[in-house]
Amino acid sequence: MTKNADNAVLDPFAAALEVKPIKGRSPWEDAWHRLLRNRAAVYSAFIMGFMFFLVVFGPMLISWDSGYTDWDHTSSPPSFSSGHWFGTDAIGRDIMVRTLEGGRISLLVGLVATIVSLLIGVSYGATAGYFGGTADRVMMRIVDIIYALPFMFFVILLMVVFGRNIVLIFVAIGAVNWLDMARIVRGQTLSLKNTEFIEAARACGVGDWAIIRRHIVPNLLGVVIIYVTLTIPQVILLESFLSFLGLGVQEPMSSWGALVSDGAQDMESAPWTLIVPAVFLTVTLYCFNFIGDGLRDALDPKDRL
Amino acid sequence: MPLLELVNLDVGFDTPEGEVHAVNELNFSIEAGEALAIVGESGAGKTQSMMAVMGLLADNGHVSGQALFNGNDLLSMGAGELNQHRGSQIAMIFQDPMTSLNPYLSIEKQMIEVVMHHQGLDRAEAHAKAVEMLRAVRIPDPERRIGQYPHEFSGGMRQRAMVAMGLLCEPDLLIADEPTTALDVTVQAQIGHLMSELRQTSNTAIILITHDLGVVAGLCDRVLVMYAGEVVEWGSVEQIYYQPLHPYTRGLLESVPRLDQPDDAVLHAIPGNPPNLLALPDGCKFRDRCPKAHDACREEPPIRQGGEGHSYRCFLERTDE
Amino acid sequence: MLRHALGRLLGVLPTLLMLITVAFFLMRVAPGGPFDSEKALPPEIEANLNAKYHLDESLAQQYFRYLGQIAVLDFGPSFQYKDWTVNELIAQGFPVSLTVGLLAMTLAFGVGTLLGITAALRQNTGVDYSLMGLAMLGISIPNFVIAPLLILLLAVYAGWLPAGGWDGGFASMVLPVVTLSLPVTAYVARLTRGSMIEVLNSNFIRTARAKGLPEIVVIRRHALKPALLPVISFMGPATAGMISGSVVIERIFSIPGLGSYFVQGALNRDYTLVMGVVVFYGVLIIILNFIVDLIYAWLNPKIRYDEKR
Repeated sequence: MTKNADNAVLDPFAAALEVKPIKGRSPWEDAWHRLLRNRAAVYSAFIMGFMFFLVVFGPMLISWDSGYTDWDHTSSPPSFSSGHWFGTDAIGRDIMVRTLEGGRISLLVGLVATIVSLLIGVSYGATAGYFGGTADRVMMRIVDIIYALPFMFFVILLMVVFGRNIVLIFVAIGAVNWLDMARIVRGQTLSLKNTEFIEAARACGVGDWAIIRRHIVPNLLGVVIIYVTLTIPQVILLESFLSFLGLGVQEPMSSWGALVSDGAQDMESAPWTLIVPAVFLTVTLYCFNFIGDGLRDALDPKDRL
Repeated sequence: MPLLELVNLDVGFDTPEGEVHAVNELNFSIEAGEALAIVGESGAGKTQSMMAVMGLLADNGHVSGQALFNGNDLLSMGAGELNQHRGSQIAMIFQDPMTSLNPYLSIEKQMIEVVMHHQGLDRAEAHAKAVEMLRAVRIPDPERRIGQYPHEFSGGMRQRAMVAMGLLCEPDLLIADEPTTALDVTVQAQIGHLMSELRQTSNTAIILITHDLGVVAGLCDRVLVMYAGEVVEWGSVEQIYYQPLHPYTRGLLESVPRLDQPDDAVLHAIPGNPPNLLALPDGCKFRDRCPKAHDACREEPPIRQGGEGHSYRCFLERTDE
Repeated sequence: MLRHALGRLLGVLPTLLMLITVAFFLMRVAPGGPFDSEKALPPEIEANLNAKYHLDESLAQQYFRYLGQIAVLDFGPSFQYKDWTVNELIAQGFPVSLTVGLLAMTLAFGVGTLLGITAALRQNTGVDYSLMGLAMLGISIPNFVIAPLLILLLAVYAGWLPAGGWDGGFASMVLPVVTLSLPVTAYVARLTRGSMIEVLNSNFIRTARAKGLPEIVVIRRHALKPALLPVISFMGPATAGMISGSVVIERIFSIPGLGSYFVQGALNRDYTLVMGVVVFYGVLIIILNFIVDLIYAWLNPKIRYDEKR
């Protein structure tokens, strides 16, 4: 009887409690909202979207062929009347179509080399972090050693040794750029492995695979996304750097770095040959960096209030 | 004139989700040499109200109302004027002794700068004074210890060093924010003794912020119970402990384990969570968790007298059971 | 402290060995030798050349010979510049590179930390946003883009500064040094701002403010050192970055530094020169990292303390 009476008092109270739970948001939703509030990142994402569109479809829409030499207009400044909106280079090739096609190479290198470094870095870092102990120490010592090397020189060395071809550029750049990724993934795995929520899951009898899928991967995803966005501009920069030195992609193929290099030769007589590819390259790097920064601010749980 | 009087103190924080109302219409005063406890759950606004008084709110925080220290409003002072009071007349001890000391400076440097700045002592005088103060808070071998860095101190020693640092200028008011939370029970007792000793020897007023009602009993004269940014009940320690009138205060007291009750006595917990400070309900803020809530609680509750110096914010009349 | 230093020093050796080994074998697996040219050399001359440069020995023999040489800091003769040893080439090029590098480094860390601190103290104001926007631009614009643009503006159009060349004078240094320092300046500014903000939000800064110290004292005495620690540990990577950057800068401004020799060597397959430069710069970076590490440990009382025990 008393028990029922108690319930009679408690039930409405309990019901009242359940009526208005504070609406929860998943961390991903939270991150998304934070990202949208970062105006620099949002604008950058739009500009990048437009840039991708231009680079992929632009060359099809321009009537000039990138190899076509317009002898009537060599080193001609940007003009609408000649049809060369961004001018031509010393042998009469259209700068706009060359820049857009060079952009294809630059962006492709950026994406592919980043994927290479992602694959190496994540598997290396996750392995080291998951096994821990001696394996971890040895593996991270190796990373430390490679870190201390002047890696730019190694890429140049690789290019010298194996000749200059585009596949090698992907691999060479990817192969020297995985160190950051490995370190970060390893650190995350290591700290995740020892967190209370994973221990709790383990204590509740959740299997290894389920723990990896439900807890480790979603928690790694954030940092991986951030570093992918930050690695892409680094890789594009590295490729341009090599191409600028004449060690990257070779004629007739071109990339923004190679175009800037060509433009720098003629800049006194035809500054547009330098400025157009330079602007494309810089805007791309700028946007990627801003997006990466925005993602970091949005996803990094350390900065959460 | 009271030593410190808060008048209609409001503290809010601008966040992307909206304004967080941390403290609403806080009024109280404390006399010289008095010890006052502010108790409540985390998020009740205890700490932020004192941060506001000290001018230490985060960048997105804002405060209105008055905090009259000896009749002068701390909140309307410029940085220079405020700095003449902070550290010398009002000292604050923070919650986390592990991170509240600068890990890159020796204890000595962190201590002597207070007296050198406020009292114009030279280095040697300041050093002597700091060593004395460390001795007073029972740091063993203070001459040697004072040259060490915070990480060379244990948690309890760091908190004692914090207390020593706060007392260097013999302040009129010491604000202690959960000074014992992070510490072992034995060390908690030491810090408690230290503070009551201090009251007796130097007539320092103490505001103790805590959620631990056990610490309050031995040390304080009066208690202020805060909930969701408001004071819900205030009175002397005896009144609050033996005749709690607000349902929240009762809940708090029932959730303290007691040795004078049988082992199988049920330890109560207050159901539910404090309200979202982004969207505070109208009327009584506690009504969603209150076992005695009724329709009238949707209105702003009145402040009722429970006795001499004892008030509470509730519709319930006092019933002497 | 001493134990810390010794431990670090021991860690340096395998790094060095690995550097030399990788560089050596990479060059040796390269298809084509340094004397491959359009017209084949008479076999006896080629044999002579190979004997002179010990290319007729087994790979292992060559490797240990090279290790032995490097142990006494002898990088051997250059393949390309017939009358020069690699040591002589390094001795010629490095002082020039070092001058540019040191000046750029000083400029980058001085200006970068100042800008970073300014932005942190004016957090979320117009000053902060514009400084950080500029810093992002500094990171995003490659050296080899900003260099020709600056030449175009300041040398070709305005005529204030020489477009290139090296006479050791101030005017010829301005553009290379500024260009080389820009990305590092930008990075240092961002790094400083971030760590300064983090420090200013920390509990011990709150304690310092509660003591009633003037804000300027709080920053100078309590915040500066912890905020600059990450900047100090960035000096190692920054040097490596500057060395890479110097390759491009020296080429654009026609500066006869080590980077110019390196690129020439790389294009001409001058094995000994390229390896010599790689090993030389590798050693330099490793030593520098070691020094930075010691400074960091010395500034951080916690590391000092752990070592004492």
